[in-house]
Amino acid sequence: MYVAVKGGERAIDNAHAWLAEERRGDPSVPELGVAQIREQLALSVNRVMAEGSLYDPDLAALAIKQARGDLIEAVFLIRAYRTTLPRFGASQPVDTAAMDCLRRVSATFKDVPGGQVLGPTFDYTHRLLDFKLMAEGEAPVAPGEPVEPAPVPHVTGFLNRDGLIEQEPESDAAPGDLTREPLELPASRALRLQSLARGDEGFVLGMAYSTQRGYARNHAFVGELRIGTCCIEMEIQELGFAVEIGEVELTECETVNQFKGSKTEPPQFTRGYGLTFAQNERKAISMALVDRALRWRELGEDDSGAPAQDEEFVLMHSDNIQATGFLEHIKLPHYVDFQSELELVRKIRAEAIAANKDAPDV
Amino acid sequence: MTPLLQVRGIEKRYGARIGCTGVSFDLYPGEVMGIVGESGSGKSTLLSCLAGHLAPDQGQVIFDTRAKGPVDTVTMAEPERRMLARTDWAFVHQNPRDGLRMGVSAGGNVGERLMAVGARNYGQIRSSAEDWLGRVEIAADRIDDRPAAFSGGMQQRLQIARNLVTGPRLVFMDEPTGGLDVSVQARLLDLLRGLVRRLGLSAVIVTHDLAVVRLLADRLMVMKGGLVVETGLTDQVLDDPQHAYTQLLVSSVLQV
Amino acid sequence: MSDYNFAYLDEETKRMIRRAILKGVAIPGYQVPFASREMPMPYGWGTGGVQVTAACLTPEDVLKVIDQGADDTTNAVSIRKFFQLTAGVEVTEATAGASLIQTRHRIPEAALTEGQIVVFQVPIPEPLRFLEPRETETRKMHELEEYGLMHVKLYEDIARHGQIATAYAYPVKVEGRYVMDPSPIPKFDNPKLDGSPALMLFGAGREQRIYALPPYTKVVSLDFEDHPFEPSKADHDCDLCGASDTYLDEVIVDDQGGRMFVCSDTDHCRCRREAGHVGRLGVAA
Repeated sequence: MYVAVKGGERAIDNAHAWLAEERRGDPSVPELGVAQIREQLALSVNRVMAEGSLYDPDLAALAIKQARGDLIEAVFLIRAYRTTLPRFGASQPVDTAAMDCLRRVSATFKDVPGGQVLGPTFDYTHRLLDFKLMAEGEAPVAPGEPVEPAPVPHVTGFLNRDGLIEQEPESDAAPGDLTREPLELPASRALRLQSLARGDEGFVLGMAYSTQRGYARNHAFVGELRIGTCCIEMEIQELGFAVEIGEVELTECETVNQFKGSKTEPPQFTRGYGLTFAQNERKAISMALVDRALRWRELGEDDSGAPAQDEEFVLMHSDNIQATGFLEHIKLPHYVDFQSELELVRKIRAEAIAANKDAPDV
Repeated sequence: MTPLLQVRGIEKRYGARIGCTGVSFDLYPGEVMGIVGESGSGKSTLLSCLAGHLAPDQGQVIFDTRAKGPVDTVTMAEPERRMLARTDWAFVHQNPRDGLRMGVSAGGNVGERLMAVGARNYGQIRSSAEDWLGRVEIAADRIDDRPAAFSGGMQQRLQIARNLVTGPRLVFMDEPTGGLDVSVQARLLDLLRGLVRRLGLSAVIVTHDLAVVRLLADRLMVMKGGLVVETGLTDQVLDDPQHAYTQLLVSSVLQV
Repeated sequence: MSDYNFAYLDEETKRMIRRAILKGVAIPGYQVPFASREMPMPYGWGTGGVQVTAACLTPEDVLKVIDQGADDTTNAVSIRKFFQLTAGVEVTEATAGASLIQTRHRIPEAALTEGQIVVFQVPIPEPLRFLEPRETETRKMHELEEYGLMHVKLYEDIARHGQIATAYAYPVKVEGRYVMDPSPIPKFDNPKLDGSPALMLFGAGREQRIYALPPYTKVVSLDFEDHPFEPSKADHDCDLCGASDTYLDEVIVDDQGGRMFVCSDTDHCRCRREAGHVGRLGVAA
């Protein structure tokens, strides 16, 4: 006699146990520590923090370990954890002009006050596999000398002084919060930037790349890319003033884009903006390009129909946790729906075949 | 008699540039108004303002509604205006692709307006669609084909059928014969004239083609630089143009 | 799991969700936007339903979770376990014994009663989505009650196939106003939505929407007068319990084309067999 499939619960438990065993891999190979991931796979950790919207390198490293190195899965773990955290308040706006920079480059000026600082970058490395890394060796030491701390002003500020670049009107309005309010369209620029900041790096990169190839081209130059640490300050109500509660590493990119103007209005450069947690420059640059493309309406540009100009398209599809969940849900049982389609196709086919039989031969 | 449409002081600006300004006229039931002018004269902007596709900066577009009599459609609530747009009004676009659903069969295209106003009998919807396809000279056996499989002239005739199926009282047409071959144009014009006469339609037709208005329009407005420079009965304006621009327009046509 | 609040979500989030539910109940069939939270299960796997359930659960509730009509499908097991851990509520497989039923793709066969809540997991809440991909446009279509396009789709089905070719997620009109997606239940289940004494709640997590059918709401499946809506099922009886009026799963039993049909509602089938009903291939319980 037929017995319907049972034992979903046991199957799930066993699958999880097997997963845990696979995660550990060959037990004769030493186990990877969370600190090792945090220190030696820092760019993975950074991506997980950025897209997980939670600045905590240890938790991000733990998530990467738990996810067997699947970064989207790790982002998911961080996001799910993040939702459960209580909110004590919001920080003061971060002053990126006061950033303690470890990297700072501008593509628009040969030299600028504060200098060009390459910092720890893959740029200009030759992409040759370094087999020495397969052997364990001494920790490399980079040469260094003490530097006098000097201010590193924003490059776009220089253009601003001459009125050559559009100025973002100042506002004290509190920006919306994507994680607390449903996204409604059209979205403000602040909400678009929030969405892009947590958006999938690959998606945002692809969108940015498409603008460079002519789908809403906006001629971006990297006015400035800076990476470094910034203080986070929070106003404590009981004290009545803001105190420093910690610091975060950030990557900020400001692009200088195609100018606009007309017979009556003098031309000005426009800008795109990207900001992410930690060292994440591919993401920050991509974000700036997409931000700029999405601003077509406010800047009076034409809608060329390019995907990167389409706010609804970009914002609704940038989140990899939403995307991967929905994509993978087609693995879940759908046999009730499938059965109903099966019945329908059988019925329509039967009618069509019967109709063909009745039709006289031609 | 109450005019079907009373247009009062319509103005639309694009920043500092004038789209159209100071346009006023009355349209009586059964009357066809032609609006002519070269491209950039403001005639399409005016039509968009009249049909509610663009909000004018100034002026009124008062339509004699069935339920409430004359109402300004510019200040009307959007649901009401959209209801009007799918019942008593019709809009024939220059490019049939803008006025048709290219992924839906000819029958579905004609039936949509009926279903939008509550028709729920498949057989009746289908026979109305067949009837209208016949009236615009499309063979009944094409009813399940998509417009993509139709020639340009057929697409335009399908668009007309789709618009007229609900018996609108006012039809806006934007260069209805533009983009068609001369021989196809002639057939379409002939068809349009027949429909307008038989159904007693009121219409506002925008075109740069004087042959179109000569055939269809009772009255004419000539536009230049966003302004109406001359109005009158069609034959009167075309045979005895007063304004220098109209004279130029008429003579340039006659030379052809 | 004492680290987490009762039913996982914090009280403030539950309050926000309850407000959305109340709004949904006040405007039957209207999709209420809500700030969906990231849940510890993936989007598309019932996060909307789970959040609605979490917001409705009280410690006294008895919970039933089904997927495809069955209590022991993997995702149903996973969600039930989640609430056992985070809320510690009593669980059941008996439809009649449950005060709250979370479901994916089915409505139980046994008649629902007043006081019960059914929570549906919804992947795409927008019934117009596959006709018009833009949210900004579809919201306007609902606002202005412009539903002609929906019937164009049904018209095209009949013109092409001779009948309406929608087998599940069959659109309905609620109280003569909003067109609603009943979630991907087979159209066989649509009549159970109409005038149901139970409260029906629909949660779409990824799409951030909640909507509702209060008890005894009028729900009509869209159709044409001359092509009326037909709830359909496999033309068989259940091979285990002999029921002729239930939705059936088709099971392939060998590679010779052998197949059997069994109730998709496992609890209903079991109850019938316990009451002495025997199908073609079943044995008396």
